[in-house]
Amino acid sequence: FYLTPPQVNSILKANEYSFKVPEFDGKNVSSVLGFDSNQLPANAPIEDRRSAATCLQTRGMLLGVFDGHAGCACAQAVSERLFYYIAVSLLPHETLLEIENAVESGRALLPILQWHKHPNDYFSKEASKLYFNSLRTYWQELIDLNSGETTDVREALINAFKRLDNDISLEAQVGDPNSFLNYLVLRVAFSGATACVAHVDGVDLHIANTGDSRAMLGVQEEDGSWSALNLSYDHNAQNEHEVERVKMEHPKSEEKSLVKQDRLLGLLMPFRAFGDVKFKWSIELQKRVIESGPDQLNDNEYTKFIPPNYHTPPYLTAEPEVIHHKLRPQDKFLVLATDGLWETMHRQDVARIVGEYLTGVHHQQPIAVGGYKVTLGQMHGLLTERRARISSVFEDQNAATHLIRHAVGNNEFGTVDHERLSKMLSLPEELARMYRDDITIIVVQFNSHVIGAY
Amino acid sequence: AAGMFLRLLSDIQWRAAHPKWRRMTSSQRSTSTTAEPHPVSLPAQAQVVICGGGIMGTSVAYHLSKMGWKDIVLLEQGRLAAGTTRFCAGIVSTARPVSLDLKMAHYSNKLYQQLEQETGVQTGYVKTGSISLAQTQDRLISLKRIASSLNVMGIPCEIISPKKVVQLHPLINIHDLVGAMYVPEDALVSSANVSLALATAASRNGVQIHERTSVSHVTVQKGRVTGVETDRGRIQCEYFVNCAGQWAYELGHSGEEPVHIPLHACEHFYLLTHPLEKPLSSGLPTVFDPDGRIYIRNWQGGILSGGFEKNPKPLFTEGRNQLEIQNLQEDWDHFGPLLSALLRRMPGLETLQIMQLVNCPESFTPDMRCIMGESPTARGYFVLAGMNSAGISYGGGAGKYLAEWMVNGYPSENVWPLDLKRFGTLQSSRTFLRHRVMEVMPLMCDLKVPRWDFQTGRQLRTSPLYDRLDAQGARWMEKHGFERVKYFVPPGKDLLDLDHSKTFYKPDWFDIVGSEVKCCKEAVCVIDMSSFTKFEISSTGDQALESLQYLFSNDLDVPVGHVVHTGMLNEKGGYENDCSIARLSKRSFFMISPTDQQVHCWAWLKKRLPDDSNLIMEDVTWKYTALNLIGPRAVDVLSELSYAPMTAEHFPSLFCKEMSVGYANGIRVMSITHTGEPGFVLYIPIEYALHVYNEVMNMGQKYGIRNAGYYALRSLRIEKFFAFWGQDLDAFTTPMECGREFQVKLEKGMQFLGQEALLEQKQNGVYKRFTMFILEDHDTDMDLWPWWGEPIFRNGRYVGKTTSSAYSYTLERHVCLGFVHHFDEKTGEELVVTPDFINQGEYEIDIAGQRFQAKAKLYPFSSLFTQRRRKDEVELSGYQRE
Repeated sequence: FYLTPPQVNSILKANEYSFKVPEFDGKNVSSVLGFDSNQLPANAPIEDRRSAATCLQTRGMLLGVFDGHAGCACAQAVSERLFYYIAVSLLPHETLLEIENAVESGRALLPILQWHKHPNDYFSKEASKLYFNSLRTYWQELIDLNSGETTDVREALINAFKRLDNDISLEAQVGDPNSFLNYLVLRVAFSGATACVAHVDGVDLHIANTGDSRAMLGVQEEDGSWSALNLSYDHNAQNEHEVERVKMEHPKSEEKSLVKQDRLLGLLMPFRAFGDVKFKWSIELQKRVIESGPDQLNDNEYTKFIPPNYHTPPYLTAEPEVIHHKLRPQDKFLVLATDGLWETMHRQDVARIVGEYLTGVHHQQPIAVGGYKVTLGQMHGLLTERRARISSVFEDQNAATHLIRHAVGNNEFGTVDHERLSKMLSLPEELARMYRDDITIIVVQFNSHVIGAY
Repeated sequence: AAGMFLRLLSDIQWRAAHPKWRRMTSSQRSTSTTAEPHPVSLPAQAQVVICGGGIMGTSVAYHLSKMGWKDIVLLEQGRLAAGTTRFCAGIVSTARPVSLDLKMAHYSNKLYQQLEQETGVQTGYVKTGSISLAQTQDRLISLKRIASSLNVMGIPCEIISPKKVVQLHPLINIHDLVGAMYVPEDALVSSANVSLALATAASRNGVQIHERTSVSHVTVQKGRVTGVETDRGRIQCEYFVNCAGQWAYELGHSGEEPVHIPLHACEHFYLLTHPLEKPLSSGLPTVFDPDGRIYIRNWQGGILSGGFEKNPKPLFTEGRNQLEIQNLQEDWDHFGPLLSALLRRMPGLETLQIMQLVNCPESFTPDMRCIMGESPTARGYFVLAGMNSAGISYGGGAGKYLAEWMVNGYPSENVWPLDLKRFGTLQSSRTFLRHRVMEVMPLMCDLKVPRWDFQTGRQLRTSPLYDRLDAQGARWMEKHGFERVKYFVPPGKDLLDLDHSKTFYKPDWFDIVGSEVKCCKEAVCVIDMSSFTKFEISSTGDQALESLQYLFSNDLDVPVGHVVHTGMLNEKGGYENDCSIARLSKRSFFMISPTDQQVHCWAWLKKRLPDDSNLIMEDVTWKYTALNLIGPRAVDVLSELSYAPMTAEHFPSLFCKEMSVGYANGIRVMSITHTGEPGFVLYIPIEYALHVYNEVMNMGQKYGIRNAGYYALRSLRIEKFFAFWGQDLDAFTTPMECGREFQVKLEKGMQFLGQEALLEQKQNGVYKRFTMFILEDHDTDMDLWPWWGEPIFRNGRYVGKTTSSAYSYTLERHVCLGFVHHFDEKTGEELVVTPDFINQGEYEIDIAGQRFQAKAKLYPFSSLFTQRRRKDEVELSGYQRE
């Protein structure tokens, strides 16, 4: 059976979200015009998460995609918490003091982030108190540590990532008297998530990446064509430096067992991740936590299973690799996406498809016959092709949706094939995961005029 | 590219930018000048100045000079025939659904055919014929209706099978066709050369032609044209003719006193190709494929094909931009769907090589009809423009009508549907025009079914009750910008959406209107008739009565409080307007006319009323909301609301009285309903409208009151043989021809306009007679419905056409109204039509080629009138048109 085009569209558009930055927010002109995001599940429920927020106490905007594994708990927690950790890391000492004093005296807190969320992107209400307390502990430590130096974005990002992962680990070890929360923190710690986060402030773009999601810049060349610039490195077996790093951190005796079948300890695809305490804790700690944990945890074969050749933990870290890029006028957009996209599409095609979508049909050159010899049939064919291209662009009001349509529906000729699209989207839940992964995409569009003026 | 194209289209090299034009004689083709001499100066004065050297301007000049007017100057801002005329496709086609348009095209065709012989200018005239294709049965029905029209006019035409189509045009793919119409005498011309030929003939007749002269504005004093200002000086003139095509709107607005000419330009694309390997014959018929939205003609061995897309591109909304017109871009992506349609129709053309895609702006009007006539505000200011892409087809005929209008005071045909005065100032907003033409242009190819309404430019003028009625299920139509109710959809019922409701058969509202009619007959209905034009005419002394007695044909010297039905006739006794006039006091009158009379009637009276400051005419249309209470219980509702006796003894038919209704005072109540049913019309000052409506509805509840719309009204009036102005009556119809001698004061020895003509008719008899036809063997459910314009046959011979029709729910038959002529069997000469002639015939009505037997009647069924109140006068009038 086939899905009709409207049915296909309703599936593709179910999770799409767009945000346009107000042209002038009263403080400064933003280098970001806005962003489009979307996700298409393959797992049920989807294990990918996404976040976007504007920092209110410092300048800049945060955007991130999170790819969960072994459940969605860790990705969910990271998507809720990471930006707070980053924002706090970026705050100057006075602001931290101000916030702490406000909490202390029960006054209203300065808002730290303005979230840009799709209605389906939820925050866990039950854990908010717990999360807040951990965050507060973090900023109290920052206040105590007061280095007096201005905060470096790179450092802030690294600290925030590491701190959050640490807190996740700690919360699971300590547990919680509330049984629901207790189970939650354990699920978060025993599942894992990669993160790819962008911080944009004026022309300064920082990408902090942990795992195998990817950030890519769309660059328009002088001749109008599109090229891709990688702003992250995948942390997996294909990355020689990563393999090297892991090997360096463990005794030579483990060299052969460290990476097997392109996986960490023969099990895990990403070489860096949040959570995944099975790859971080000692065997004793794991056993103790599981035994004292709730029954559900004990019944779970996966959590009880200790990775083979597990000798010198930790094998895994959440520390991100940070890349700084000064935006140029030719840098038109940034794509953040989980590996579900990159498995199916080459980054060069992503750059072209998004570039053509964003610059729009109006840039399609008008046809002029001029002195050429053109027959009616040739012209008809040409127009039909142009129309098909236009209509596929017009169907989507969201660059991320447009990209997903191509990722899922592209045939061997690189054009969207409705039949294929329909097949891929109507796969039963249990089969979907075999043909495709969850896909989450954020496309950030830059304001070249603002960037050029810097 | 445009320049190159000009040379391609025109077969001759025209050298006539020649200042010595007037002195050129018959051999002007050999008179070629090498260098362009200095232009001669403009004359200081002329009788007529025509602005625009396209097909319209040259045609008007040609016809005016033929009719003996010589003192004419034609001004063209660029070169002759260089605008839309130059670029248009040059198709002369008589396949038009409306008979007036058809007549203009037919005349044009005959004119162009002999033009080359007359002028020596090659016009490229080739009689190729045309084939109109039908992809659907509905389309075939519409073609059959046109074919019926053409046949009775003696224009050869036949409905042919797809097989026959291939014989006529081998390239056509016929697999999706259900039939076609072939008009063998349709022709192709080089439009620019036709225009130049007309200019040549006109200049030989004395018309001065000046190119490269633009008119900046027209000067008007005391409501009369006095001259034109140009970039080369001023010309004094009596008459100005605006033939500026797509610039006509702007030119109209350039003067101090604006003349509103509602038209707007849209881009129009057509394709030119190189010749086929075996070049196409120049005699190959032109193809219209309206379902594919395209036309295709042969052109220099290749083809020329354009069309009317669904998403037109209006342009020049913000005004004139002279640079743009020559440099309009080709837009292939826009043309794509039309190209697909072309290749679907003629797949063999795939390998044909493209020469050019031409972008030729055309001007369109709010109702798809062209605009001609005199400005209602500036006398002597004439207009001919807005051809809706049929300028070449209409050019000859339209130019002739306008010339007749100027010379004789009125054309030889009823051109009211084209009259500039059918529009008010309200239809000339730029936004309105832009939106409306985007709807009109695609309509060129859409199926034209009875009773469709424009969707754009709506809710402009509304009654204060609009929202109340809308909430009760009202469905609306528009007349002269005013929203009027068609019918009320009962709660829980739903009608088809617009596209699906298009039909030539029984419409989906049939039962809804039936129940409204029933309620009018048995209880009481309310119809909001606020759109009617209302004037008040009063004076300090007897001036009002005296003037009106001359301008109206019925006796208005009636007791105060009486209502008189009367025609407003022209010199020939024809109806310029048909109205009801109430005598409010000795010296003031209240006049009700059809909605679209607002501009025309005002201009007509203004022109003829004495210039006397003690005589005042005021347009009070906007001041009153009119509620029509129709039905036997109307009298009960009203008497309960006013505590006044409303029975026939106290309030006879055709009376008018101011009274209170509910809390509201000063409601003008008239005992007329425009339907022949008993009842009243309430003229309510607008601030009381909602109050009175609510009171009427509340009180009416116990009498079974309900809302009704114009469709019910129409059915009621037609079954009672009421003629309506604009539909049945026009400037060429006299009271004697439609059985209304009793509304004329011939016996009273008073002078009035049109009197002589009527006396002569009384003496010699009439040449056409308004007749009612009851369809006999017509199945309402299964057969095509009559509309108007259907040919009437008497004893198998054509005698005239219907003017309106409706289903009578009382008679349970279709009723058609129309005029019967008597054409001499041998000579075709028109003979007197006597009542015996009418009564002694066997009649048939032709609906899309199928003939239905009809019974003819000269008088209405008396059984349909429930009561007669005043012996001497039966209410036999009504006004609104559908």
